[in-house]
Amino acid sequence: MDKKKKQKTLLIIFISVAFIYLCRLFYLQIVDDSYFLSAQNNVLQEQTIYPARGLIYDRNGELLVYNDAIYDLSVMPEQIKNLDTLAFCEVLGITKDDFIKKFDKMKKQKGYAPWKPAVFERQITIPTYAAFQEKLYDFQGFFVEVRTDRKYQHNNAAHVMGYIGEVTDRDIEKSEGYYRMGDFIGISGVERTYEKELGGKKGTRYVLVDSKSRSQGRYKNGEFDTAAVAGQNINLSIDYKLQELGELLMLNKTGSIVAIEPQTGEILSLVSSPAYNPNLLIGRDRGNKYMELLRDPMKPLFNRPLSAPYPPGSIFKILMALTGQQEKVLNPATTYGCHHGYMFVGCHPHGSPLPLRPAIAVSCNAYFCQVYRSIVNNPKYPHAEDAYNSFYKHIASFGLGKKLGVDLYGEGNGFLPPATYYDKIYGRYRWQATTTISLGIGQGELGITPIQMANATATVANRGYYITPHIVKKIGGKTNPNPQFNKKNWTTIDTSYFPIVIEGMQDVVERGTAYIARIPGISMAGKTGTAQNPHGKDHSVFFAFAPVDNPKIAIAVVVENAGFGATWAAPIASLMIEQYLTGKHNTRPHLKENMLKGNLNHRNDTAATKTK
Amino acid sequence: MTPQQPKPSSIDWITLLLYFLFITIGLLSVYASVYKETNPHIWDTTQNYGKQLIWIGISVFIGMLILLIDEKFFFAFAYPIYGITIFMLLLVLVAGTTVKGSSSWIEIGGFRMQPAEFAKFGTALAIAKYLSGYNKDFAKKRLDQYISIAIILAPMVIILLQNETGSTLVFFSFVFVLYREGLPGWILFAGFMLAILGVLALLIKPLYIIIGLVVLAGIFLLLVRRTKALIFLTIGVVVVSSFLVGSIDYAFQNILQNHQRTRINVLLGKEVDIKGAGYNVQQSKIAIGSGGFWGKGFLQGTQNKFRFVPEQSTDFIFCTIGEEYGFLGSSIFIILYMVMLWRLLVMAERQRQKFNRIYGYSVVSILFFHFLINVGMTLGLMPVIGIPLPFFSYGGSALLSFTILLFIFIRLDANRVNELKNFD
Repeated sequence: MDKKKKQKTLLIIFISVAFIYLCRLFYLQIVDDSYFLSAQNNVLQEQTIYPARGLIYDRNGELLVYNDAIYDLSVMPEQIKNLDTLAFCEVLGITKDDFIKKFDKMKKQKGYAPWKPAVFERQITIPTYAAFQEKLYDFQGFFVEVRTDRKYQHNNAAHVMGYIGEVTDRDIEKSEGYYRMGDFIGISGVERTYEKELGGKKGTRYVLVDSKSRSQGRYKNGEFDTAAVAGQNINLSIDYKLQELGELLMLNKTGSIVAIEPQTGEILSLVSSPAYNPNLLIGRDRGNKYMELLRDPMKPLFNRPLSAPYPPGSIFKILMALTGQQEKVLNPATTYGCHHGYMFVGCHPHGSPLPLRPAIAVSCNAYFCQVYRSIVNNPKYPHAEDAYNSFYKHIASFGLGKKLGVDLYGEGNGFLPPATYYDKIYGRYRWQATTTISLGIGQGELGITPIQMANATATVANRGYYITPHIVKKIGGKTNPNPQFNKKNWTTIDTSYFPIVIEGMQDVVERGTAYIARIPGISMAGKTGTAQNPHGKDHSVFFAFAPVDNPKIAIAVVVENAGFGATWAAPIASLMIEQYLTGKHNTRPHLKENMLKGNLNHRNDTAATKTK
Repeated sequence: MTPQQPKPSSIDWITLLLYFLFITIGLLSVYASVYKETNPHIWDTTQNYGKQLIWIGISVFIGMLILLIDEKFFFAFAYPIYGITIFMLLLVLVAGTTVKGSSSWIEIGGFRMQPAEFAKFGTALAIAKYLSGYNKDFAKKRLDQYISIAIILAPMVIILLQNETGSTLVFFSFVFVLYREGLPGWILFAGFMLAILGVLALLIKPLYIIIGLVVLAGIFLLLVRRTKALIFLTIGVVVVSSFLVGSIDYAFQNILQNHQRTRINVLLGKEVDIKGAGYNVQQSKIAIGSGGFWGKGFLQGTQNKFRFVPEQSTDFIFCTIGEEYGFLGSSIFIILYMVMLWRLLVMAERQRQKFNRIYGYSVVSILFFHFLINVGMTLGLMPVIGIPLPFFSYGGSALLSFTILLFIFIRLDANRVNELKNFD
């Protein structure tokens, strides 16, 4: 009896389950028509909504980068039905062989499945798109997806803005599935550093489509949809006019210009020459053009201001003068004689002996070799290494020898040799000031990137501190988006040691080596440099800031293999400063003319880099 | 003594007929779910349906062989068969092939097998043999209970190690067998109640459940004749349940990882996830729902044509039935399935030998459990656990093992007539 009861219990359980399932079926298939929708054959399709990428403006609101629609021809392979291949090829302007090749290539792509949409041809032209749209009905399974690419308003500042390109497999992996094959991502410049802000967030839309891929409306009234979040607009700290002038002046020259607003650390201009036209790296020719630029012997893709290390030359003497005072081995009255040089370091003819201020003005090599010697051979320290370490600390506090932390991709460290570096070469306790004397005048192993030079200038202009240089002023209309760029980085040099050095720098422009850079009515402090380099003619280097009492701009200019600092770098810096402070740069037409005429690369870059 | 061949008349023809009906509909559904206009030949062995056809051939052949084997064979070799299946399970751990995250496959000469499928009838034979042994009593003897549970637990543990949760859960179906053999009904009931309590604990705040329990206990005590023992028992149940609800809630909030929480929430309907686990279910519901009353007709389903239901030929085969044959076809399917289970239940109960009966109950329980989880999953009522629908889903190992499972029982049942004759 009990056994029969158990059998019955099991049967009741079975039947109850069956009954529940039947009720559920009744509900799904008959009562709830949201699943049924219509007699049409409906399938659910997930569509990605691409957000508009944020626009990029300069500091004054001048538009630099905007979006442009591009059309991708996609296909749902399983839905291809009675395709007239010849007609299809004709519209696209390809041969049948191309068609077969493209199809095979698509099939080999990762994640390919006949029921998933795949891109058949990227970025078809607008005429092709128009022709295709007319005949879309004949080509079942194919459809056109609209996406946006970048377009550049001006042909300048390519290195600052960078460019976007398709994501790599690694990007996809790192994003944990957010990016998908064919998505765009910032590859360099601001586009890369601010990918998150500019890129926005993709949205998803679920639509029901019929078997011919025609939309039949939202699925469940968009209950599952997520909206795309548009990318935020960004205001760069770049002054577009200044940038344009900088690139113009650097035309046919190799080198860099970096201008910084000392009080804020905002980068006003960042010129890398030779430059390239940013509009080359858009559209379906991006890959080819990129390879072309990559193969160019002048390396236009190389971001010189951020990563190229140069020996600073005489501009390093400014830091020497400050360090010497801090280490109490130098005071404004210290006088050294110059007999056309010091040891093997030569010097040009000038009055002798000189105290500090005129020594800066005439850039006496012997003087600063003596300063270096007195710093490193300072009897206060037991060993030259210890004295050198303290020298190293002072110099490093200006941001030299390591990345500054600029919000741009590809910053270099430069090179500031630590004591251990010389220990390795000469042995511990076996070297002293005279062994490394060329450091005193900014030569030797020193390597400083133009942005580090500009930053050091800004530090002098600020009388002792710098704010990490940065390129972004506003994100999404909000000022001060990165709090790390508010911090004052103080040097180890006391503020009281700056005025005498700055007076010397002012003399450089008023009556010293950079007289050519003088701008009537603007007080400017600067220092020329003529950096010897083992690869060829000296680099022409100049750094300056103005106005002296309330610095608005600090600038560093490097023109490779151009000779004296005063010949090229100083006039260019002078024109830039004038432009930024007065909004004009044509008060000295002769100077500008000379700069523009200078063709140091011995080739005509106008076609490759400029359209203006 | 010559082996006793079953007479054709003694074979249970209803079950056999249902079997052939099921594999035929199964094959057509597999065909429909991967059907392409460009490639309509059912004989194409590169496609799932072509392979399924081959497997049907193999399965029917082996099924027929089983009907010819002496029924004592299964009794005598129950343990060796169990041993072999366990050995194969262990072998998979060493030399297994991973398919879709579960390393439960073994590859022999291009053919992939899933030993976990065969472990089902192996275990059924072993448990039947053990409990039908001399002087064995599951209801009364502790040791017998332990050994029975160990027989069931052993394959479960190994399969769990293979990361094949679905197949592991199937072994819970043996609870029904044990119930028939003396497991007290209240344990089944308590288990059921615990499950409900567990789900409730995830759905609503533990505090409300505890309040509800206290109120229910109060009403219960008011209605019955209160003895001291009953009062203590009731209080004990409430306290234990409250503790349980609290700890489930705690484990859910603190121990489970985010994605696991999401999956459970999706199942409970607290969250809607259309991308991950919820995607299959969402698509499955659309496919079934779009079938309407009459269905779209054979090969007319669109969800399957565009492969919008993933895994449709295997775990989601019921979608094809729901979409192409509508409410009418689905209902007939469910009723037919119930007829088969009912028939097997009747057959199991009419056995005179304990071994046959226990084996019969194992067959019914396993088939029912698969039906419960698989169909429930496509209807969005059960979690997405990848186990096949017996006789319908695409998959060689599964089809073959279900065939063997069923045909052994048909063979055992056929002998019943001989037994009667022997008594005469």
